[in-house]
Amino acid sequence: MNKTDALIIGAGPTGLFTAHQLKIIGLDCEIVDNLDKIGGQCIELYPDKPIYDIPAVPECTGEELTNNLINQLKPFKIKFHLNERVDEVKREEDNWVVKTNNGTTFSTPNVIIAGGVGSFEPRKFPVKECEKFENKSVLYSIKDKSIFQGKTVTIFGGGDSALDWAVELSKNSKVNLVHRRDDFRGAQATVDKVHDLAKKGKINLYTKYQMNSIKGEKQLESIDIKNDDKETKTLKTDYALGFFGLIMQLGPIADWGLNIDKKTVEVDTEKFETNQKGIYAVGDICSYPGKLKLILSGFHEGALAARACFKLARPNEKYRFEFTTASKTIKGRLGIKGD
Amino acid sequence: MTKITYVTHDNQIHTVEVQNGLTVMEGAVQNDIPGIDADCGGGMACATCHVYVNDEWFDKIPAKEDGEEDMLDMAFEPKKNSRLSCQIIVSDDLDGLKVNIPSKQG
Repeated sequence: MNKTDALIIGAGPTGLFTAHQLKIIGLDCEIVDNLDKIGGQCIELYPDKPIYDIPAVPECTGEELTNNLINQLKPFKIKFHLNERVDEVKREEDNWVVKTNNGTTFSTPNVIIAGGVGSFEPRKFPVKECEKFENKSVLYSIKDKSIFQGKTVTIFGGGDSALDWAVELSKNSKVNLVHRRDDFRGAQATVDKVHDLAKKGKINLYTKYQMNSIKGEKQLESIDIKNDDKETKTLKTDYALGFFGLIMQLGPIADWGLNIDKKTVEVDTEKFETNQKGIYAVGDICSYPGKLKLILSGFHEGALAARACFKLARPNEKYRFEFTTASKTIKGRLGIKGD
Repeated sequence: MTKITYVTHDNQIHTVEVQNGLTVMEGAVQNDIPGIDADCGGGMACATCHVYVNDEWFDKIPAKEDGEEDMLDMAFEPKKNSRLSCQIIVSDDLDGLKVNIPSKQG
């Protein structure tokens, strides 16, 4: 069991700056995020898109903003738990016991939800029957490519993941690549490679097709694909892989007894606390009268939630407001020597 | 103000007046029309404001710009007449536009 003063759910800009604010006032914290990297929507959805409304930063990309926030956290030791989704939050005496899908547990008086619009999950095939085979022969990510050795694999998608895996798996498997249009959005070099492998008969390319149905009793046997002109083809296959990017799902947060309206969590504007004592929501996921979904609002909300955490984490101490420009204590925490 | 009709997957018809200059996505969100999630808030980064545009309207609305088709690759059940509603800007020319909302956004 990991004990911490505050657990932050979500490593997007708001979660990162909230961590900074907690450390500045002398609290420790850990951060959990379902993505495999730090940065949240900024890094997953728009790493290259410029942002123009971060105060004092005329222009920066999602990736630059993330890197700057990570740099700002450099003086502090903060433990990140990436690739983990918080599944359970339960009250035990004065603390919240938090459990992730990997079985990591935390005990903390303060849980700060900085989860954006929820956790990123792979988008799935629209065909309902795929659920029957999910994680067995219908996959949305690859953990062990050796299972495909000598098998037939049908890959759906037109981005880098689909193309990279088509190229890689074509070495030792029979590969079908299915995409809804002729154009691919992956890197040009990979697109060229796929076309080259298709010419050589190493990849069977089906463009303008999408999955129509899936067949098999205990095991996946074949997939029917259909094009816009309603022509169908049956592909015998051992595996179906879907690479349609990620989508945000509110997920387990809905089950924690919080007041939720339209995928957002209601909070007060003093502490950004939810209806549960010691659970806060900051950034895009929180709602209150006048809420603006801007990154700068998330920074403000995180700063106030961090101060509220102090009371529950250090019930016998009094929080004292200090400026970073003047406080020796804060400079000490930042590792700055001298005045 | 321009009349826009949103038809949900279970055939509920919502006709609303949307201010010119807003997007078809914003028109749906502001009028609480279900089925358009718009997770990224109009940044053409998530494909959760996906709609189908009727044939009679598809060629009348401004064509897709770079990137929209890429995002539609990820949409739920994309078709030939798929668009991202955050990329369709409401104007007088669109008066009477009808869009169908898919059964899911992802």
